[in-house]
Amino acid sequence: MRHYLDFERPIAELEGKIEELRKMSEADGLNIAEEVARLTEKSDRQIRATYAKLTPWQKTLVARHPDRPQASDYLTGLLDGFTPLAGDRAFAEDAAVVGGIGRFRGRSVVAIGTEKGTDTESRVRHNFGMARPEGYRKARRLIELAGRFGLPILSFVDTSGAFPGIDAEARGQAEAIARSIEACLQAPVPVVATIIGEGGSGGAIALAAGDAVLMLEHAIYSVISPEGCAAILWKDAAQAPAAAEAMKLTAEDLKRLRLIDAIVGEPLGGAHRDRAATLVAAAEAIAGALAPLLTLDPAALKAQRREKFLEMGREALA
Amino acid sequence: MSWLTEYVRPRIRTLLGRRDVPENLWVQCPACQQMMFHTELEKNLKVCTHCGHHMRAAAEERLRWTFDADAFTRIELPKVPADPLRFRDSQRYSERHRAAREKAHRDDALVVAHGTIGGQRAVVAVMDFEFMAGSMGAAVGEGIVAAAKLAVLQDAPLIVFTASGGARMQEGAVSLMQMPRTTIATLLVKEAGLPFITVLTDPTTGGVTASFAMLGDLQIAEPGALIGFAGVRVIEQTVREKLPEGFQRAEYLFEHGMLDMVVTRTDLAAMLAHVIGLLRVRDLADAA
Repeated sequence: MRHYLDFERPIAELEGKIEELRKMSEADGLNIAEEVARLTEKSDRQIRATYAKLTPWQKTLVARHPDRPQASDYLTGLLDGFTPLAGDRAFAEDAAVVGGIGRFRGRSVVAIGTEKGTDTESRVRHNFGMARPEGYRKARRLIELAGRFGLPILSFVDTSGAFPGIDAEARGQAEAIARSIEACLQAPVPVVATIIGEGGSGGAIALAAGDAVLMLEHAIYSVISPEGCAAILWKDAAQAPAAAEAMKLTAEDLKRLRLIDAIVGEPLGGAHRDRAATLVAAAEAIAGALAPLLTLDPAALKAQRREKFLEMGREALA
Repeated sequence: MSWLTEYVRPRIRTLLGRRDVPENLWVQCPACQQMMFHTELEKNLKVCTHCGHHMRAAAEERLRWTFDADAFTRIELPKVPADPLRFRDSQRYSERHRAAREKAHRDDALVVAHGTIGGQRAVVAVMDFEFMAGSMGAAVGEGIVAAAKLAVLQDAPLIVFTASGGARMQEGAVSLMQMPRTTIATLLVKEAGLPFITVLTDPTTGGVTASFAMLGDLQIAEPGALIGFAGVRVIEQTVREKLPEGFQRAEYLFEHGMLDMVVTRTDLAAMLAHVIGLLRVRDLADAA
């Protein structure tokens, strides 16, 4: 069963009809190819029209789509022989952060991501993608490991934010995030970060202070969730669509603000409609971003990365 | 907003401006409700003379209390493009920001000065909680970077007094990017072999805590200061339980290993002078 978002209802109806016809033709041996083709074309047109003008709030829903490829899909799909590594060596293994080593297009890399999970059981295990301090400390450990062996770092960000819990605060959530950002900035190897779904606040930037920051077409990246922003500034979480609009959190917005480097196009109807094609597009974009970085020595790389962040927001945009 | 912050303090300020503070002006402590003379409270650096409660302080007061008497100069901070998102909720951000500027008589929520502490050169940056809850946008980030560069230029330690509700929401992802930008600032100071010291004051939360505030060579806090990443309401909604007594207070963070010390405000300048002197042994060697 495909999961449809509210604004996808017209698409759902058309696809439902097509499915029904298919079943009928199987049962009765009727030739309905023409009708199916007609409806399919209509449905494609509908998807194209809907996805060509998604509002920021609709993009937020697409970015959180339950069938959207997860960080682990990228790790296992993009890396040959991906080998997960675990633990922060201090307190625990936090499954909200996944990571390990593998080969990306023949080259050894370290890959790290925030993982939301796909069903109730795995969502609980991954804490819905909300990492605790041990998750960021594990990330930092893997970043430092990458530096030690000269392996480029690929990160895949999909989180509503760092976990806001008593235990997380007690163990220094803020410090863990700060050190993870610092580790990204200090890495003597290329860091290519990709925002694949939700890039939520400090929990996202902890893994995204990279040389190149890519964003999927329908991903969002912001300092607070639209609901959180609406609750604080509009005093009403139901104003989230208005907040999403005002916050400029789409890939297009972030690119225009020069806070990200490139947008990765998604298949028609969003990444969840064609996961394989999404992974191919992401791999292309990551390889493209990585290539020029591989020619720089560690000092030049770090200097360029710093300069890039220091320049952000300095220039007024037209 | 308490009666104290809403009414008494503005009034004190107006009066102070005229250099005409009546001796008999009373102030009530928001913690113990006891009354004390305004002059007495000022002399005690806004620490309640009855219960030791540390009241919030203005950025200018911090500078005055930290540097040696009259031994500091404020610097002008770099201008940044205002309102990058052209943000609007019920009001335009540009208007909110203008109102805050006019009220505070400064451009944003950060003040930076250089001078001497116990005779030693230092650069001090102070966040102003009164200015849009000390929230960090591009101006604060750029100010921290400028303070770091000044410290390097002057071969002086950088001390930052933090006080912040977190990110400046109206600057969206631009605000988020101040986390790596201020982190770079801390690296500039450290790589120059200079101490980077944070003094966490009430309250320090969100993106400020999760970046430069927690990257100090030394981390000091004032007693009772609220310090954390997530806000209390958000945590309560997530865990659906009552938060423990003293949660996210300076003493709690000290117990959990996040702070080197909790220092009473009246001892702070002397402590800063002391630790800077101890950390900068190279200076003495060079001088010898």
